[in-house]
Amino acid sequence: MRWSHVWHLGIKEFYSLGRDPVLLVLILYVFTFSIHSQATSIPETLNKAPIAVVDEDRSQLSERILHALYPPYFLPPERIDTATMDARMDRGLDTFALDIPPDFERDVMAGKKPTIQLNVDATRMSQAFTGSGYVQTIVNEEIAAYVARHKAQERQPVELSLRIRFNQELNKSWFGGIMGIINEVTMLSIVLTGAALIREREHGTIEHLLVMPVTALEIMLSKIWSMGLVVLVAATLSLIFVVHYWIGAPLQGSVPLFVAGTAVHLYATTAMGIFLGTMARSMPQLGLLLMLILLPLQMLSGATTPRESMPQFVQDIMLLAPNTHFVMLAQGILYRGAGFDVVWPQFAALAVIGTVLFLSSLAYFRKMLETQQ
Amino acid sequence: MREPVARLQGVSLVYGKTRALDGVDLDIPSGCRVGFIGPDGVGKSSLLALVSGARAIQQGKVWVLGGDMADPRHRLRVCPNIAYMPQGLGKNLYPTLSVAENIDFFGRLFGHDAAERKRRIEQLTRATGLFPFLDRPAGKLSGGMKQKLGLCCALIHDPELLILDEPTTGVDPLSRRQFWALIDEIRATREGMSVLVATAYMEEAARFDWLIAMDAGKVLATGAPHELLERTGTETLDQAFIALLPEEKRRGHRPVEITPLPADRDGEVAIEAKDLTMRFGSFTAVDHVSFRIRRGEIFGFLGSNGCGKTTTMKMLTGLLTPTEGKAWLFGKEVDPRDIDTRRQVGYMSQSFSLYDELTVRQNLELHARLYGIPKEKIADYVQEVVQRFGLSRIIDALPPSLPLGHRQRLSLAAAVIHRPKILILDEPTSGVDPVARDGFWNLLLELSRRDGVTIFISTHFMNEAERCDRISLMHAGKVLVTGAPAEIVREGGHESLEAAFIDHLERAAQEGQQADDTQGSTAMSGEERKRTAGLTEKAPVRGTTHTTSFFSLRRMLSYLVREALELRRDPIRLSLALVGNAILMLAMGFGITMDVEDLTFAVLDRDQTTLSQSYALNLAGSRYFSEQPPIADYEEMDRRMRSGKLGLAVEIPPGFARDLAHGKPVEVGAWIDGAMPSRAETIRAYVQGIHAQWLQTQARERHLPDPTLATIEIRFRYNPDVKSIVSMVPAVIPLLLMLIPAMLAALAIVREKELGSITNFYVTPTTRMEFLLGKQIPYVILSLLSFVLLLALAEFVFRVPVKGSYLALFLGAILYVMASTALGILISSFMRSQIAAVFATAVLTLLPATQFSGLIDPVSSLEGGGRLIGEIYPTTHFVVISRGTFSKALHFRDLTDAFVPLALAWPILFGLSAALLRKQER
Repeated sequence: MRWSHVWHLGIKEFYSLGRDPVLLVLILYVFTFSIHSQATSIPETLNKAPIAVVDEDRSQLSERILHALYPPYFLPPERIDTATMDARMDRGLDTFALDIPPDFERDVMAGKKPTIQLNVDATRMSQAFTGSGYVQTIVNEEIAAYVARHKAQERQPVELSLRIRFNQELNKSWFGGIMGIINEVTMLSIVLTGAALIREREHGTIEHLLVMPVTALEIMLSKIWSMGLVVLVAATLSLIFVVHYWIGAPLQGSVPLFVAGTAVHLYATTAMGIFLGTMARSMPQLGLLLMLILLPLQMLSGATTPRESMPQFVQDIMLLAPNTHFVMLAQGILYRGAGFDVVWPQFAALAVIGTVLFLSSLAYFRKMLETQQ
Repeated sequence: MREPVARLQGVSLVYGKTRALDGVDLDIPSGCRVGFIGPDGVGKSSLLALVSGARAIQQGKVWVLGGDMADPRHRLRVCPNIAYMPQGLGKNLYPTLSVAENIDFFGRLFGHDAAERKRRIEQLTRATGLFPFLDRPAGKLSGGMKQKLGLCCALIHDPELLILDEPTTGVDPLSRRQFWALIDEIRATREGMSVLVATAYMEEAARFDWLIAMDAGKVLATGAPHELLERTGTETLDQAFIALLPEEKRRGHRPVEITPLPADRDGEVAIEAKDLTMRFGSFTAVDHVSFRIRRGEIFGFLGSNGCGKTTTMKMLTGLLTPTEGKAWLFGKEVDPRDIDTRRQVGYMSQSFSLYDELTVRQNLELHARLYGIPKEKIADYVQEVVQRFGLSRIIDALPPSLPLGHRQRLSLAAAVIHRPKILILDEPTSGVDPVARDGFWNLLLELSRRDGVTIFISTHFMNEAERCDRISLMHAGKVLVTGAPAEIVREGGHESLEAAFIDHLERAAQEGQQADDTQGSTAMSGEERKRTAGLTEKAPVRGTTHTTSFFSLRRMLSYLVREALELRRDPIRLSLALVGNAILMLAMGFGITMDVEDLTFAVLDRDQTTLSQSYALNLAGSRYFSEQPPIADYEEMDRRMRSGKLGLAVEIPPGFARDLAHGKPVEVGAWIDGAMPSRAETIRAYVQGIHAQWLQTQARERHLPDPTLATIEIRFRYNPDVKSIVSMVPAVIPLLLMLIPAMLAALAIVREKELGSITNFYVTPTTRMEFLLGKQIPYVILSLLSFVLLLALAEFVFRVPVKGSYLALFLGAILYVMASTALGILISSFMRSQIAAVFATAVLTLLPATQFSGLIDPVSSLEGGGRLIGEIYPTTHFVVISRGTFSKALHFRDLTDAFVPLALAWPILFGLSAALLRKQER
């Protein structure tokens, strides 16, 4: 193998990229506005949850509860009556509907422990859980404060003091920004290498390369380093300028360590791109394959929903995907400030996955070149 | 002269900096065969594209068939009377469709009914000898057959004006002769049909009625061939053509003088092949071919298209491994893994295979580098070939902007840049003008005679074959005859090499060997001749309706049928779309879940009493948490949390039990990993709940004061068990029906643009609406099939039944897949390259559909740009419909809010696509 071939063929890829302005604009978009909108549009866990209140008590206490439900957690509550409650929920207008029964305040003061009903649209899983917890806490606090003003009240025997580590305010945009980068890195590296390979095949240039003193390994390495570098540079710039300065997320750990991790991840994903490029026979087939691969990589890697909650077999299968390890690595370094001593298993896993993908792509690629006619 | 068929006045055309046509004034006579001759890149193709209406007029006036081609109404009216075959072998054909299906498509487009189409297909294919191959995919035809098929497609609608752009370039002499015989016969029966042809073959041009010689975007001379000869005082058209050129272009030209191969080269053998055989499945492409070529010899390979020339060459380069037999280069056996022998060989493939994205100079430099030419010499080497091949004027141009002849020169320059000892050239001069061809042969002779380079070349030009030291005639994988050209002519007693060639081929075909692969080279029988005549008789045409209306269902259907056929020919794509969706549904449905369970936690218990243990047990007993080994100190806690192994750490202070018993205030500490905010929120809610529960239990057991004032009863509606599956399954269906359909449709148009068949849309009376609808509907149907499959999965595998109205769900699904495929179509009409379309589709669907459409977070809770996208994105509305009908038992009237925007999506996206799609090339 000659490194100069790998180098010059890689340089050629940059020219190809440079000739496609639409592609350049898309890359720019993906690492700037797309990341920004991903990071900032996703709400804090409970943000502007639509809530409606059926106030059958119309007391001071019920009024107090109503006023305690305010933005940003909730949209200003709608006052409705029992009759319209169901219809509104059916149409998806409210996630929560709180029903305060008649004589509620009187019963509370009398120590009768009356019951408030909270209806939750449980198809909206993300709000249903945490939101009902919020409503519960707010209602309890309001009742306790109201009662405390009118009546001596014992305090709780054991207080729970909760502290959140690494991201005290649970700022979701910090999280969204970095997970956005992870998703874009994966998507871009697979699309660019896979499509570059298909294009060479459809235009017959691969065959032409093979009559020259160039090997399959050189062709493959040249695509991997050039496309990997494009994505690596774009991702690093995006991390610093978009996520850190524009969105304002603090970067806890070592950025160089994260960049090194990204490079190892790219090794795996670009090899995967080559693999898909050899499997697909045409660009339309590649397009579909991409969707089939990218969607699970994005949704099941732990960047969208926590890994712990997935069924065991999904968790196990996803351990084979580079994304899963990259997400762990990124969370470790960038949120928890972990060093190499902590995240080395992820580095190792990515390197192993990358090598397996690389070797099998190389084998497939060679086979494809031999049999193509 | 009669009324001209086309008249050009002051027509100019500019591509970027290149001036393709420069103020052309021209009257093209009607009812005859008009030939366009001229060097490469002088604007012949551009002129023909303007006359056909494929390209938009920039400057000047073009009248064709009595109307202005700048007027779209006139174009729509006359395009059924014009047939246009663009340059390049089979460029306007659909490679996966069979011969019959290709012709059928054009037949439908021009309004023939089924019976009429059948009749015409049979007649046309019988006349062209394609009849035995009706079911063969167009992509698997040889070059000559492709051109004949292209002609069939062009002739099916009885055009008055037939425009052929280099129709016989790269076609063997026999097929070429048949091709012109066919055109003559058709013209004989169709009085008044005009044929405009651009050609590089002067012997063809000599047979035309009227010639137009062009150079540098201008018309040099017009007139009948004999007039041109008289005017220039030359004997052959080749010479006349050269004489017509301006002085500075002629200066470089030097007639080819063949010097005999010196015999003293001690007979060293450069290339040897013995019983080379290549089989593809049951088909034998090359059948025991043997030859020996001496060093410095120019060895020509002739034969019909598809006879195995290219395959033999590929075996010599090591690109293909022979099934049987061996080949040696300089006594060394050909080994694909042997990199060093590749350095001694220069190869030029039949189709252009250099990089379109690199300029001429960059392509040459890349070749020089890959062939290992030392860095400091690269510039010299490049300069040398640039000069030899006359590339200096186009050194910074990109290959796609160059005419065929210039691209061929570039390919050849790249093949010889490293000064190889052997040159293998597969039809290097196809499409190159006579001047350039002579220059090229001078160079080959120089290489051979002076430098001792061995040249193995295939060609369709007889005058080139005559210049070879020896030639082989190949047919159906076998070598028919080998020898010096003059010897072959003499032995058979023929008058020319062409006659000898055709005679050999016809005899071989009659022997009936591999009739299947002789591309029907049998001459037309008398009966067939009559049929051909019948085809073009001006008899009343049955079952044919010419409509030039704004929308024609029939034309739309012809595109629809074609698109559907192409889809059916690609079972991988079909199954990816259907099975892939099902697999994704299973993965997503089970995988995306909000039920946060098995959260890891560990306890730092500084009290170590039964009470403190009961607190920890209470947490461990919950299904939400899974306990890890206890923590010893803060340092360990920090380390374990940093590594992400603990989601929650709980610290119970010393004296916890004692203080609680004494009624002193006690505080339990809990640390939550905030790296993933949504998970942290959930943990917080769980811990609070479990803490409160523990307090209540303690209150009951130890008679401590119960702090409860009121209870809040939570009713989880629609999904009482709060199972993610119930929430996710109805939302995953919309997600999948966005991604896959959009990607399917996204390549539909851009692929035609990249591969060239879009020309059919430019030059036929198809309107944008018909074209777009025909493209979209097959994908809508496929996506609906996919929807039914997903619905079945939801009901029977996930056990998430539809509680509401099926009708509303179905209607929603139809509107939705119309929108998602229209999004793909929109991307496809806008983009220029497939790669960009794939990328854009991934960007424009994945993010909005997964993040901004209420799949996980409701749209009403989103912020900023994401919120805006979410509000208008079709997925949002179908998620509402899907969740509503699945989980909430809703009906049509409850969902009007979602149906209205969904119904609007298609017209908007479709309208935009129509606005962005161009009906002519610019």
